[in-house]
Amino acid sequence: MSAEHASERAHPGTGTYLAIAAVLFIITLVEVGVFYVPAFKPVLAPVLLVLSGLKFALVVMFYMHLKFDSPLFRLIFTLPLLLALGVGIALMFLFGAFGLGS
Amino acid sequence: MWKWITTTDHKRIGILYGVTAFVFFLIGGLEALFIRLQLAKPENALVSAETFNQLFTMHGTTMVFLAIMPMSAAFFNYIIPLQIGARDVAFPRLNAFSYWVFLLGGLFLNASFLFGAAPDGGWFGYLNLTSRQYSPGINIDFWVLGLQVLGIASLAAGFNFIVTIVNMRAPGMRMMRLPVFTWMTLVTQIIVVTAFPVITVGLVFLMFDRFFGTTFYSVAAGGDLLLWQHLFWLFGHPEVYILILPAMGIVSEVLPTFSRKPLFGYAVVVYSGALIGFMGWGVWAHHMFASGLGPIADSVFGATTMMIAIPTGVKIFNWLATMWGGQIRFTAAMLFAMGFIAMFVIGGLSGVMHSSPPADLQQTDTYFVVAHIHYVLFGGAIQGLFAGIYYWFPKMTGRLLNEKLGKVHFWVMLVGMNLAFFPMHFIGLLGMPRRIYTYRAELGVADMNLVSTIGAHIIAVSLLFFIYNVWRSWRKGEVAGNDPWGGATLEWTIPSPPPEYNFTVIPEVLSRLPRWSVTQMKAIPDVPPEPIHMPGGSYWPVVAAVGIIGMASGAVAHTLWIVLASGALLVFSIFRWAFEPFEV
Amino acid sequence: MTHAAAHYTSTGLDNKKLAFWAFIGSECLLFGSLISTYLVYKGRSVVGPTTQEILNIPVTSVSTFDLLMSSLAMVLALAAVAKGDKLWARFWLGATAFLGLVFLGFQFYEFTSFVHEGLTLKTNLFGSTFFVLTGTHGAHVAVGVLWLLTLLVRSFQRKLGPEKALNVEIAGLYWHFVDVVWIVIFTVVYLIQ
Repeated sequence: MSAEHASERAHPGTGTYLAIAAVLFIITLVEVGVFYVPAFKPVLAPVLLVLSGLKFALVVMFYMHLKFDSPLFRLIFTLPLLLALGVGIALMFLFGAFGLGS
Repeated sequence: MWKWITTTDHKRIGILYGVTAFVFFLIGGLEALFIRLQLAKPENALVSAETFNQLFTMHGTTMVFLAIMPMSAAFFNYIIPLQIGARDVAFPRLNAFSYWVFLLGGLFLNASFLFGAAPDGGWFGYLNLTSRQYSPGINIDFWVLGLQVLGIASLAAGFNFIVTIVNMRAPGMRMMRLPVFTWMTLVTQIIVVTAFPVITVGLVFLMFDRFFGTTFYSVAAGGDLLLWQHLFWLFGHPEVYILILPAMGIVSEVLPTFSRKPLFGYAVVVYSGALIGFMGWGVWAHHMFASGLGPIADSVFGATTMMIAIPTGVKIFNWLATMWGGQIRFTAAMLFAMGFIAMFVIGGLSGVMHSSPPADLQQTDTYFVVAHIHYVLFGGAIQGLFAGIYYWFPKMTGRLLNEKLGKVHFWVMLVGMNLAFFPMHFIGLLGMPRRIYTYRAELGVADMNLVSTIGAHIIAVSLLFFIYNVWRSWRKGEVAGNDPWGGATLEWTIPSPPPEYNFTVIPEVLSRLPRWSVTQMKAIPDVPPEPIHMPGGSYWPVVAAVGIIGMASGAVAHTLWIVLASGALLVFSIFRWAFEPFEV
Repeated sequence: MTHAAAHYTSTGLDNKKLAFWAFIGSECLLFGSLISTYLVYKGRSVVGPTTQEILNIPVTSVSTFDLLMSSLAMVLALAAVAKGDKLWARFWLGATAFLGLVFLGFQFYEFTSFVHEGLTLKTNLFGSTFFVLTGTHGAHVAVGVLWLLTLLVRSFQRKLGPEKALNVEIAGLYWHFVDVVWIVIFTVVYLIQ
């Protein structure tokens, strides 16, 4: 493997960063808006989870450069992330969320 | 002496780990002997109940965190860079830091004895026994803070070895050409850096409950005592794989060497190890079958626990197939490796028996589980580690351990461990619970308890042979040369002990078994073609470690200024460390 | 991006960057455990105050914007350092640290007003889980601010040229991760009550 930095391959410019910042800003506005609009009450949780998931992905992929860097970094980040999600969901089940047992 | 305190050489750090771990192993062993003496006969009064609680808590905590893990770390440190063709680990000062934090953490935990307040809540510290209400003294404070400190050491080493193994391999050393010991170490370190944060959080909750009155484990406030159990075992089960995988890696090195035959099914053994590490995350609640989880949770965890026996069993078959048809040399190292297989299988069988929730309801919290633990950890991990000692002692010291003494050690220890632990299967099923300081004669387990006590002492005797062997061989043993065993992997290409820079020239690796393959790698010159610069030592790792233990000590003493001053020392040393010129 | 004086590595990736991503992976489990505990204990407090009574969404939304903008400042700081643009490097590093301090200021205000309104660490499950979770996050922000200020000082000492861009990149990884954790906390603690 060569010693070139992977970031040489593709590199977002200032314009992209500003655009991402604007998108993050807007999504946050929408999230707060959804929170206050009573009509959204029944779908609040899923909508907010999707929106914040989007923000999460944008920051990680672009600001943390994961989209443009070596796939090894993606692996090192994603595996523990999925593990943490799995553990969290398992604990919620075990403590009676989603209407299950004890 | 100063050289040892400031060393960043992985070989020196490995020896420091090994010697320190062995001393703690002896301390844990002494604790075991006192336990066994107290239980040798019914209604004995050798020690009080409170002392007994401290003995079994410290025995477990010491053996897990201060003996097995650091002894494995001794081999990670010494052997991994040699096996991958590197001059040192990725972060040598961080490596030294891990050792000093471990040493100070172990001393901190044992310092509790000086106050007559050793931890006494079991090695797994269940609530609400360990809450401030039911454990008002400083015993559990020592335990919580000691474990947090040790966790820092393990985490730092985890990151260090992951980067070392992934990023510092010699040219041609592809991942699937790595020695199995290196592979198992990589899996182990991945488990460390993912599992330790969970226990860190659980311990933070316990610490905050005890020190600041939070309600994490307070039933009155609506809290759930099982939260602790879940957080502890989410760490605790992966932890047992941290304990066993390195030993399995050692066995996977020793067996092929003394069978004169490559490991059977290398890829399968590697994948099984990785699978065990991954599946180990799905079984934790099998430690909680008696806590009222409900039928769905019980069934799920029972099933996952049964399934994890599969990759484990696969490894056993691969090891047996490695020996089959080989030219076996029954050296001491080989005997311990074979002993590992036999004893671990027995421990694995009792483990599978635990995997059925209804069966476990009888077994849990009895000596049946103690039997299981000791067959897998003593019969398994400890024997594996001794195999590593007999195997790699010549590489580290340039001298062979005496084979006759080694064999006596092996056989006496084998007899001792089976006498000590096999009766525990029956003792447990006959109804003797764990963690009780005495029992009535009517239970009918007195004779077997006596046998177990005798067995424990036979183990102790076997260790005397070992200690004498090491003491004598270190200076006067038979000279080993580069490759006394005819090994296949890179560490046998260089002198024993290796020069500070390990390899005169970083080798180019052409196969998985560089010294056995037909395509011989280019010979490594005796002298470096040009001078090799190795980084000097540094004292900031020690200072930082002192800062950390100062914070823990201040906390146990409930003295804020010590915590703050030590914290300031830690921050200061981190800055000095960061800006110190240190060329790797 | 400029080349640092790179040693040979098996993957072509820098040791420190690799180590740091592993550290971030580990931190996912740390914050994951804290967030899971918060979720598991949600709604189980025996006494008040409750989330509805005390959480201040408008104020927290502002601090959330603040942290998001600090991530923008961070990437601009990295770009400036990599280009060797000393003036903008110092500006954006300072801006990131400043926005981080603003976030901490908001958090300080929030914590003190909660205590005034009767919610402490000891009051109930909500108090314990909330303060430890957000407090741990805040401590991470504080460490980040210290790290950024250190880089700023190094820049003024003329020791943060383009060849040191990797150090800034790694500080950036840390900072963005702390931001990303807050994105989760803001949603899960504040918005989904």
